[in-house]
Amino acid sequence: MDRRADLHKRERRRYVIGYGGSLLLTLAVFLIAHRYGIETKGVYLSIGLLGLAQLVVQLVYFLHIDRRRSSREDLDLILFSTLVLLIIIGGTVWILGNLAIRMHLQMM
Amino acid sequence: MRRAPTQSYPGINLGEGHASAHKATEVVTFGFWVFLMSDLVYFGLMFAIYITMIDAQAGGPGPHELFDLKSIFAQTLILLTSSLTVGLAMLALKYNLPRARIVLWFGVTLVLGLSFLVLEIRDFLNMAAQGGIPQRSGFLSAFYGLVPLHGLHVASGCLWLIVLGIQLRMFGLTDLLMSRMVRLALFWHFLDLIWVGIITIVYFGGLTYG
Amino acid sequence: MTSVETGILGRLSWDALPITGLIRAPDANEIIANAAAGIVIVGALTVLFLLTWFRLWSPLWRDWLTSADHKKIGIMYIVFAIVMLARGVLEGVVMRAQQAAGPGDGFLKPEHFAELFSTHGTIMIFFVAVPFVFGVANYLVPLMIGARDVAFPVINQISLGLTVSSGMMLMVSLVVGEFSTGGWTAYPPYTGAAFNPGVGPDYWIWAIVVSGVGTTLTGINFAVTIYKLRAPGMKFMRLPMYCWTIICSSILIVFAMPPLGVAALLLAADRYLDFHFFTNDLGGNMMNYANLFWLFGHPEVYLLVLPAYGIYSEVFATFSAKRLYGYNSLVIATMSIAVLSFTVWLHHFFTMGQSALINAVFGIATMLIAIPTGVKVYDWMATLYRGRIRFSVPMLYGLAFLMLFVIGGLSGVILANPTIDYQVHNTLFLVAHFHNVLLPGVLFALLAGYNYWFPKAFGFRLNEFWGRVSVVCWTVGFLLTFMPLYFVGLMGMPRRSYSWEDPSFHPYMIIAVIGALVITCGLFSILIQLWVSIRNREKTRAPIGDPWDGRTLEWSIPSPPPPYNFAIIPEVTDRDNFAAAKERAAAYPKPEAYEDIEMPRNTGIGFILCVLSGVWMFALVWWIWWLALLMTITIILAIIIWSFDTSTEIIIPAEEVRKDHEAWLDLVHSTAAVDRDYEIAPENRGLARPDMEVVT
Repeated sequence: MDRRADLHKRERRRYVIGYGGSLLLTLAVFLIAHRYGIETKGVYLSIGLLGLAQLVVQLVYFLHIDRRRSSREDLDLILFSTLVLLIIIGGTVWILGNLAIRMHLQMM
Repeated sequence: MRRAPTQSYPGINLGEGHASAHKATEVVTFGFWVFLMSDLVYFGLMFAIYITMIDAQAGGPGPHELFDLKSIFAQTLILLTSSLTVGLAMLALKYNLPRARIVLWFGVTLVLGLSFLVLEIRDFLNMAAQGGIPQRSGFLSAFYGLVPLHGLHVASGCLWLIVLGIQLRMFGLTDLLMSRMVRLALFWHFLDLIWVGIITIVYFGGLTYG
Repeated sequence: MTSVETGILGRLSWDALPITGLIRAPDANEIIANAAAGIVIVGALTVLFLLTWFRLWSPLWRDWLTSADHKKIGIMYIVFAIVMLARGVLEGVVMRAQQAAGPGDGFLKPEHFAELFSTHGTIMIFFVAVPFVFGVANYLVPLMIGARDVAFPVINQISLGLTVSSGMMLMVSLVVGEFSTGGWTAYPPYTGAAFNPGVGPDYWIWAIVVSGVGTTLTGINFAVTIYKLRAPGMKFMRLPMYCWTIICSSILIVFAMPPLGVAALLLAADRYLDFHFFTNDLGGNMMNYANLFWLFGHPEVYLLVLPAYGIYSEVFATFSAKRLYGYNSLVIATMSIAVLSFTVWLHHFFTMGQSALINAVFGIATMLIAIPTGVKVYDWMATLYRGRIRFSVPMLYGLAFLMLFVIGGLSGVILANPTIDYQVHNTLFLVAHFHNVLLPGVLFALLAGYNYWFPKAFGFRLNEFWGRVSVVCWTVGFLLTFMPLYFVGLMGMPRRSYSWEDPSFHPYMIIAVIGALVITCGLFSILIQLWVSIRNREKTRAPIGDPWDGRTLEWSIPSPPPPYNFAIIPEVTDRDNFAAAKERAAAYPKPEAYEDIEMPRNTGIGFILCVLSGVWMFALVWWIWWLALLMTITIILAIIIWSFDTSTEIIIPAEEVRKDHEAWLDLVHSTAAVDRDYEIAPENRGLARPDMEVVT
């Protein structure tokens, strides 16, 4: 039973670390926005990167996705979905952005 | 069969405390993952549409007039915390803690989910008061196509929590219910991930490029 | 939005019935519309009458509508698909007749013609191809992978219910109101509220949304089934080729149905709530719709044709009495096609106005798909090479496919070139192209599969003569109908035109309508074949279950299979496991022990959701808001109440399994095996004699 209590504590710590991490990232994002304003692309780039980090933190600490062999199924699924999403979203933005430029709707 | 339970289903699981439920859950949980990925494509497309329509404000109110970052910040904190409480409920389930603990953490999650919804609806009403209604422009249509879609998911998550609560009272902690709780937890974490996308792309992206 | 009087029945009134139009202006157009509505009503009444007359209501309810058995659900899918196929074919004939009526306006009104091509496309894709493909998959996949059912049997039932209820909306639209005139793609702004305030596009939207939900659930179900429920020893590289194509097709569904749902729902938001996603004003962008629709539309083509490839792979291997050639390359080709199919959607709108670079990128990606497809064609030919070929009905469909499909594929490569596409885009050349891939590609495969696996499902073979007649009719009819369309397409005839003026088109149009009639003969010969086969079933029974000397697991069990499929779950040691067992003379083993078998219990939830979603759609189409709201709540409640039902399994006792299985094994041992030369003779009771070179 000791081992289980130990495991429990470890897993709980994982959740708390994940929570703390995403809390920090959230605070950072809003602080940057507050401090520097949200007008420039540089600021947005950093916000975007922090958002990406946030996704990774939540995937690892809340959804327990990692590269251990036993988690591969989820990881494969998520990676394939990401590939499809990148194709779909990237393609859409590329095509419609291009159309907008050629039709002189200002965009981007 | 008392074989040492291997982690046959990775990630969120019921673990060795519930060998039989654990095994039965495996197929269903995988199926639910696949469903979530399909749902993810829904959201992904709505994000793509939002991006292509940021400029389509047609002279109507835009992100700078409509978005209330303070409220967004509060909603983010609420959702994040609810992700933690769902996780704690799962741990309580996995490590056979008293049922009151499970109920407590799911209950807190429910309250947080509902308060998120209240804040979100208040935001929408405020936006509408400033003319930010979906009928006004393509940009606002895209906004209202995406953010309330997430809200609708949260609302169905809340409904799911309530139903689970009733079933827990009626049936006790059966394998079936445990399996449903695992899926609910996955769903809840998934909504949190989508929300990260929403603050990054819809709110900050809208403020930067809109 | 237009202001329409909306009372207790929304915008529903007597004007919605076609008979009103007939009374007001009796002409050919109205007579045809009324005849169509009449066929629907008479057909429905006949079915109801026959069910009552033969007292079939309770068996129908008990054995079929509430069954969660994948085999029965598969059969119901196929029956539904064939009913819809009949309507789709007849609509095609009317359209060909309209265009063959000569230069000028023909006998149909433009709106009626537009309704015809819209319903024809919608039906053939969503309510023939998809249910037929997944009906066959439902029947076969668990049998092929050695499972007792799919991963989620009740979800499977719900998928069927949603598909049928949305298909019924198309039938209802013949009688009440009208269907969309916007084509199967329903491009806004034409289908938006500003230009099309009627109920037509709404019928389209809700039928698509609801059937899309059903199809998505099916995709999830089959992906998980094949991923998780394979028999012990069945590694991925031992999976029958057909199952490979189904898993790829399921993955395509999971990722490609959402764009369709988004497109249709956003169009609904525009129409119902005055949003501006695709409108002309206030920042709407209709190009978003085309992009979304084809994000779905292109993978859709492959999710239909991949299972067809799978069927052909099984048919070629069995009727050549050979292992499938190049299994590994076929698997890789299938997966490459699945992934590539997400990268080519723009070739459906090369002419929209994006830059030449984008067109070139998508054009090249499109051409790339020809490579894995070519690999497959060569693999199939190599499978035939030096095989001991029997020219039975499925094989004949397969051979027709090999020759005709290559033509269709090559015309696709032509269209993949943006510069050429600019010339022939929106002409009948395109119509000829996609019929050329969808008929020989998908439909012939489904008919081949129907002939091939029918004895598995019902325990007797289909009539060979009428099968051959149908092959000839479909092939000749296809050639006569669609080859002329290539020519008139190149001559510049636009698709979807109800009227044309250039007299040089006329001969081609005449040939095409003759072809359409030959195809109709093909349709009827399928029905005659079924009728004749049922009447003569005593002469073609094959209860042992292996009438074609099959290679995969489904042939190793009785025909029709017991509800639990396998008395004991087989251990898989080889790719063509049953063929290998036969070669080792180890087929039909006697199990040492039997176990109780858990099977899903009957449930009515699929049927209930079918009815509720049907009423929900109807209420939304006609703006009967109180009913729509009521149905929304009822559907949610039904699902919640269903989740309280926790006794979902029944136990089939081991003793019962033993009795049935041993009776069948006795039959196996007392039956004479037949050589392949007597495959279609009455002696073929479903026990195959091994090939000469294997007999020692």
